[in-house]
Amino acid sequence: MKKVRTQLMLCGGTGCHSTGTPAVREALEKEIEQQGLSEEVQVVETGCNGFCAVGPVMLVQPDGIFYQKLDPKDIPYLVEEHFLKGRPVKKFFYKEPDSKETIPGMNDIPFFAHQQLRVMRNKGLIDPEVIDDYIARDGYFGAAKALQEMTPEQIVEEVKTSQIRGRGGAGFPTGIKWEFASKSPGDVKYVLCNADEGDPGAFMDRSILEADPHAVVEGMIIAARAINAHKGYIYARTEYPLAIRRLNIAITQAKEYGLLGKDILGTGFDFEIEIYEGAGAFVCGEETALMRSIEGKRGMPRPRPPFPAHKGLWEKPTILNNVETLANIPQIILNGGSWYASVGTETSKGTKVFALSGDIYNIGLLEVPMGISLRTVIYDIGGGIPKKKKFKAVQLGGPSGGCIPEQHLDTPVDYEEITKVGAIMGSGGMIVMDENTCMVDMARFFMDFIQDESCGKCTPCREGTRRLLQILEKICDGKGEPSDLESLDKLSAIIKDSALCGLGLTAPNPVLSTLRYFRDEYEAHIYEKRCPAKRCAALLKFEVDPELCTKCGACFRHCPTEAVIWKKKEIAVIDKEKCIKCMTCFEKCKFGSIF
Amino acid sequence: MSNKIHPQHPDITVDMWEKIDETIAANRSKPGSVITVLRECQNVVNYLPVELIDYISQGLNLSSSDVFGVASFYSLFSFEPKGRHLIKVCMGTACYVKGIKEAIDRTCNTYQIKEGGTSEDRRFSLEAVRCLGACGLAPVAVVDQDIYGSISSSNILEILERYE
Ligand SMILES: Cc1cc2nc3c(=O)[nH]c(=O)nc-3n(C[C@H](O)[C@H](O)[C@H](O)COP(=O)(O)O)c2cc1C
Ligand code: FES
Repeated sequence: MKKVRTQLMLCGGTGCHSTGTPAVREALEKEIEQQGLSEEVQVVETGCNGFCAVGPVMLVQPDGIFYQKLDPKDIPYLVEEHFLKGRPVKKFFYKEPDSKETIPGMNDIPFFAHQQLRVMRNKGLIDPEVIDDYIARDGYFGAAKALQEMTPEQIVEEVKTSQIRGRGGAGFPTGIKWEFASKSPGDVKYVLCNADEGDPGAFMDRSILEADPHAVVEGMIIAARAINAHKGYIYARTEYPLAIRRLNIAITQAKEYGLLGKDILGTGFDFEIEIYEGAGAFVCGEETALMRSIEGKRGMPRPRPPFPAHKGLWEKPTILNNVETLANIPQIILNGGSWYASVGTETSKGTKVFALSGDIYNIGLLEVPMGISLRTVIYDIGGGIPKKKKFKAVQLGGPSGGCIPEQHLDTPVDYEEITKVGAIMGSGGMIVMDENTCMVDMARFFMDFIQDESCGKCTPCREGTRRLLQILEKICDGKGEPSDLESLDKLSAIIKDSALCGLGLTAPNPVLSTLRYFRDEYEAHIYEKRCPAKRCAALLKFEVDPELCTKCGACFRHCPTEAVIWKKKEIAVIDKEKCIKCMTCFEKCKFGSIF
Repeated sequence: MSNKIHPQHPDITVDMWEKIDETIAANRSKPGSVITVLRECQNVVNYLPVELIDYISQGLNLSSSDVFGVASFYSLFSFEPKGRHLIKVCMGTACYVKGIKEAIDRTCNTYQIKEGGTSEDRRFSLEAVRCLGACGLAPVAVVDQDIYGSISSSNILEILERYE
């Protein structure tokens, strides 16, 4: 039998999957077979590669050549040229958006070049459903070291040295959390993994689970050993079926290899993991609510203290950590805490995974060292804003976060620095907005989310967020009054002061940060009844500016209700009787002539 | 398999009752299993009629109000029958920024559905979900099991017309 000389790491993450991975895979396998290359060239479906914007993508190993936007019908040509004749095909290389220059090597592409991979070191390089692939890249060595060579105290100490802070949002030092739980008296303790990933616009945890599920399992084993727990739960979002399936496979394989279950690696230590599927409630990402939910109750938070490290799940000492936090742990144990802390800023160590999306070229997943500036992330890695539009703001931290405008783009990625400019690090969602985004509408969007997800237990959050939403809706509807701005300020301050859990305490943030940086937009809505970004339908006239209209007829062709009157070489007119304000003409008009 | 008396319900067949009984029996002794039981029963019946909730609460030895309380808290559970096809539109930030609102409005107008509702002919149910974790494809909609990226007010109807 010939030796496999080339591996094709085809991305099977959610993004590429829906843009065509299954068909590409089929075509590849068929063609490789026909060319008689089956024994030399192997197709491996990996987890998310990160560069979702240009999917489906494939990395050719060991050459490191990166192919993008693959189409099944071009596969025969690609296979023949590259894998038979040894000539890589330029057509599928990455192209720089501006210079149109092609770049064959993955690590030379700017999107990848600025990244530093720790948590995602295995992404796109292993088959996530094969435990041997993980082990071949030092997988489970950290767990072995922790169980065989270290005492629980030493594990906690190592994690403290690393200074890693929780990646789920709040940034609490993980080592200290573990220390509390390890010192808590009791025979029954729990380790929980928060895979609820509720922040909209965030898909880091999903990708980690899909690309490298064993890293999370290994992190949990180490955590269990550190606090002496024998049972763990992974609380996973029900919207993530693939992640759940891969976790199940990982757990089964780990059991077969004696890495989970009784007497792990012959050390006498027992630990098992169960997956618990959530049922769609954002607030269940909050730690006390999550525990309630596993207990089978309504997922409502409770006041702390007592902290979960003392009284958590079923009233037993419990630690809860985020997926990304846990996926970092094996390498901290293997390489040492000081290795981990060698990267980053004074108070924020290591790397952080971000999900970059919105109005940006390179949508995808990236991992960068702490301390890198937002500008580098958006312009160098993200490639900037498409369609020559202007940058307006970047939203960080999900519904509890804030929008950062142009003038603060040099802020480094650091827990404290980001808080200073009115956002939070959050779990890693980074949504870029261009000039066509209305910031009042954005605030309304987040408030709608929070109001809907408020569990209703405490009054400031339940009633306060609803009231905030009503005011914002009023402003977007063109009925805003000057006193509304003051009401927004005042109400926000009260909610921030008095809500019960993290959801309510941070709920006004989107309002406060947009008020801070984009007050002029609020004022335009209220005083001039005008939406500068032209997004609020109620403030639009649905008329055509004859100066700007190029008579192209795009609005006419796309209008669903035949409300546009247009003939060749004539300026379009909108019939307001028939218009349903669906905004289709706005989207279709490339010249901004409708107002 | 069981000799229990099942309440009459037009949407629940004998086979379904059998599966429901199995689920309850398998989870009865596990603490905190009510969400799991509700989920599995909903998968069988496609929604949770009141009679079923009562039946589950007896089976798990909980009060109906406890079970109803849990079921009404989580958005996954539905008390009304769903349409033949489920459209999930993403109302996450990335999809919103990229303009999913217009596509949703268009769908609602065309098929006379409200968000969270079902069309009269039970062809479609429309659900707004929070981030499908596929922001790279934004704006995203999922119809049954198929995921569609870059949807807009113009192509959404073409997509939906494929589902009868
Ligand atoms: C409303 C709310 C939602 C949250 N959602 C999540 C979530 O989806 N994922 C997550 O890891 N943490 C979430 N958190 C943070 C958790 O409460 C908790 O701090 C975190 O999981 C702890 O893990 P870490 O220390 O590793 O970050 C949320 C907090 C609040 C208040
Ligand atoms: S915001 Fe729609 S998939 Fe993430």
